[in-house]
Amino acid sequence: MKIPYYPGCTLNTNAKDLQECAEFSAEALGFSMVEMPDWNCCGASLPLTANSAMGYAGPTNVLIGAKEEGQKEGLEDKLVTLCAVCYNVLKRTNYAFNKDAAKLDTINSLLESDYKGDTNVVHFLEVLRDDIGFDKVKESVSKELKGLKVAPYYGCFLLRPHEEVGLDDPYAPTIFEGLLKSLGCEVVDFSHKGECCGSYSAMSNAENAAECSFSVIDAAAAAGADVIATTCPLCQYNLDSKQAMMKKNHGDMKEMPIIYFTQLLSMALGKDIGKISFKSNSINPLPLLKEKGLV
Amino acid sequence: MSRVGVFVCHCGTNISATVDVAKVAEEMKNQPGVVYTEDYKFMCSSPGQGKLKEIIDEHKLDSVVIAACSPHMHEKTFRNAAEAAGLNSFKVEMANIREQCSWVHPDKAEGTVKSLDLTKKMIEKVRLNEELDKIVMPVTKKALVIGGGIAGIQAALDIAAAGTEVIIVEKDVTLGGHMIQLSETFPTLDCSQCIMTPKMVEASLNPNITIYTYAEVEALDGYVGNFRARIRRKAKSVVEEDCTGCGICQEKCPKKVDNPFEMGHGKSKAIAVPFPQAVPNVPVIDRDSCIYYKTGKCRICEKVCGPKCIDFDQQDEIVNVDIGAIVVATGYDTMPLDRFGEYGYGKYKDVIDGLTFERMASAAGFTEGEMKRPSDGKTPETVVFIQCVGSRDESKGVSYCSKICCMYSAKQTMLYKHKVHHGKAHVFYMDIRAGGKNYEEFVRRAIEEDDANYIRGRVSRVYEKGDKLIVKGADTLSGRPVTIEADMVVLATAMTARKGADKLAQTLGISYDRYNFFSESHPKLRPVETNTAGIFLAGACQAPKDVPETVAQASAAASKVLGLLSQETLKREPITAEVNEANCIACFDCLNICPYGAITSKGITDRDGNIIKEVAEVNPGVCQGCGLCNAACRSKTIELRGFKDNQIYAEINSLAV
Repeated sequence: MKIPYYPGCTLNTNAKDLQECAEFSAEALGFSMVEMPDWNCCGASLPLTANSAMGYAGPTNVLIGAKEEGQKEGLEDKLVTLCAVCYNVLKRTNYAFNKDAAKLDTINSLLESDYKGDTNVVHFLEVLRDDIGFDKVKESVSKELKGLKVAPYYGCFLLRPHEEVGLDDPYAPTIFEGLLKSLGCEVVDFSHKGECCGSYSAMSNAENAAECSFSVIDAAAAAGADVIATTCPLCQYNLDSKQAMMKKNHGDMKEMPIIYFTQLLSMALGKDIGKISFKSNSINPLPLLKEKGLV
Repeated sequence: MSRVGVFVCHCGTNISATVDVAKVAEEMKNQPGVVYTEDYKFMCSSPGQGKLKEIIDEHKLDSVVIAACSPHMHEKTFRNAAEAAGLNSFKVEMANIREQCSWVHPDKAEGTVKSLDLTKKMIEKVRLNEELDKIVMPVTKKALVIGGGIAGIQAALDIAAAGTEVIIVEKDVTLGGHMIQLSETFPTLDCSQCIMTPKMVEASLNPNITIYTYAEVEALDGYVGNFRARIRRKAKSVVEEDCTGCGICQEKCPKKVDNPFEMGHGKSKAIAVPFPQAVPNVPVIDRDSCIYYKTGKCRICEKVCGPKCIDFDQQDEIVNVDIGAIVVATGYDTMPLDRFGEYGYGKYKDVIDGLTFERMASAAGFTEGEMKRPSDGKTPETVVFIQCVGSRDESKGVSYCSKICCMYSAKQTMLYKHKVHHGKAHVFYMDIRAGGKNYEEFVRRAIEEDDANYIRGRVSRVYEKGDKLIVKGADTLSGRPVTIEADMVVLATAMTARKGADKLAQTLGISYDRYNFFSESHPKLRPVETNTAGIFLAGACQAPKDVPETVAQASAAASKVLGLLSQETLKREPITAEVNEANCIACFDCLNICPYGAITSKGITDRDGNIIKEVAEVNPGVCQGCGLCNAACRSKTIELRGFKDNQIYAEINSLAV
């Protein structure tokens, strides 16, 4: 199975770890992600709020590209993303078009295209659940992550707005938990799995982002988690790199590694730990993994 | 040749200012069949009516056209006057030259031309009018009330007080409805049980009232004054007449079940009454839970029952009752809370809904009136009340306001404060809607005397931290986010129509809105009538309502029932559909389109009694004369009396230039 893959800007730069591990895992599970040629930025979440044509042009171009590439190369008729923000933007673009045909017309005339709003956007998690199956993932696991207490952190973008994104129930999601369970992890249920990490306020008000992220880490720690797993580069950045700042306000806080779900997945699927990059992790997860006997 | 008289009214200057009334009267003289015309200042006045009678008599008129106001205003007046002069009242027509003519056309020439057309049109019609007689129907002097909550009980008591027999059909095991579940009631804080149980007992003792509990209306036939309802009395497995209500069966029953009356908190038994004051005080075996029905063993209740009234083989019983009028008083449900994940209902035990709080605050409830939160039985020191959970929320709930929540949340903060003096209640609200006698004062009392902290804003999230519930919300007056560490959260859930209300409406042939609330005939002027004659509404089945309003509406419905049933016979306009059996092709489009269920299929038999043809048949008692069948009929078989095709065509032809 070959699926057109849209990395988005971050995955090719700061979140390379997330991508590399995903690519390894895909091969291990018998499918591949084919990066679309000549892609552009999805625009991230802010342009959509302005409701301007330009805000939709970027993601639409991506959606068209995936469809064309898929047809040309005989790939699956869908588009897979790893980045939660890209996923959110692309899905909401399709939703907007399906709700408002006039908007689709405007963008089509702008791009001189004939897009129908029908590129099937899926997240990597959905491929694992729906195309591969968590049972199959479980069978393929060569190293169970036994004893590791993982808090699955969804953040906002994968779940909201529910009507437009629709990945899972925004208050009682299960997809992330399902994957982690198949890896042998102990899944920790915690109250903040869908709360905001502070998102882009990291740029304008770092203190605020640190506070938001702290409340997530605090809730996960209270629930007994060793580590928080995330799908989103922005969440990873805020939760991870802001811990020094959090400590200033919360002296008794214990550091908590923030790890990409694909890092855990590739580990469980047998990727040599020496080959897993932890460049994006400012809190090194290796000591914890050693302590748990996983390295 | 007909002898038509035409009377053109000035209506003071209402008509004459923009219509040349004399000219209209003059020109109408030339219309075929017209033998007399006149214009007059006020036709509806006593002298005007007198003149009408005189002229009918003097000129031997056989039909009359009054060119004046809308028939809604004075058709009745002129028809009565004509009838007094010996004319069939359906030989009188009105040409409306006021509302859509003189009032809207400032130009007198234009107004006059239009008046000429309108009057001519009605002359053409009236010449084809047939003499019609009012339909006379008998009346069964007995009423049916569906629902035994406060609305149904009040309606039944009022009807019975006038000496009229009434049957209450209640779905549940006991009378009482939601009101008997409440602790205290606003705005006076009197105990609900104290004011409700006397009414329940009164209803059960009244010789004019028959009560069927654990029963439902399955079908309804007939029409106003002459309904027949089929009632299913579900098997209670207890012989009601013999039971003394001693309660020993309930005491000895080994099977514990959740008690829905206590909102799932207290336990009940497989044979039980929901609460000690139940009316009738007769327990019912819940066959889904009972050990005997599952395993064939146990029968302990049977052994301990003194009067031997347990009957495991009891069957449902069908009762057919004839009634003349019906009051629908089926009450409400509350919105399921599973869609509100943000409040954590179902996940956190201490997030409860308003009705659960009522049971907790009730002296007879699952905590015996003590404030003990469900998770650990501790006294909650801080309680957050969230209003509008589902109400005024088009995306997740319903667009309407549930109306009672502002008041009951205020009440609940007071009840809480009266029980936990050092406790603190916070209320998140959108607006405080306290319209009603002593209502605003009541809310002020909650705030000023009982220290409730009102925060205008919505709650975004409730989650657990340790043994606290963290409530995050917005204070939109100060523009700040608010976080409250609460011990318990109470959700003011939206009121919704009863589950299955749409099905009941279809059974009864009444209309309902998009939320499944039953529709009143007119939102202002006919608020207790339905569009189906003889069926009336009371209480929250029509729209969210509090107790005082429900009681008022129930009494109003009762008075409508009594007005109807006080008549020996019912007379109604003969404007009903009729079928030309020779032409009917039995397509039954009419049957399908009729909103009142007035049309049935009838077999035409030959001499040997074999059915040789099927045709549509109209029940004139049920037909409301809407004309839908008339429009739908492809073979021009069904026609509306008084508005037959030839009459309508005559009107149109008169306008042909």
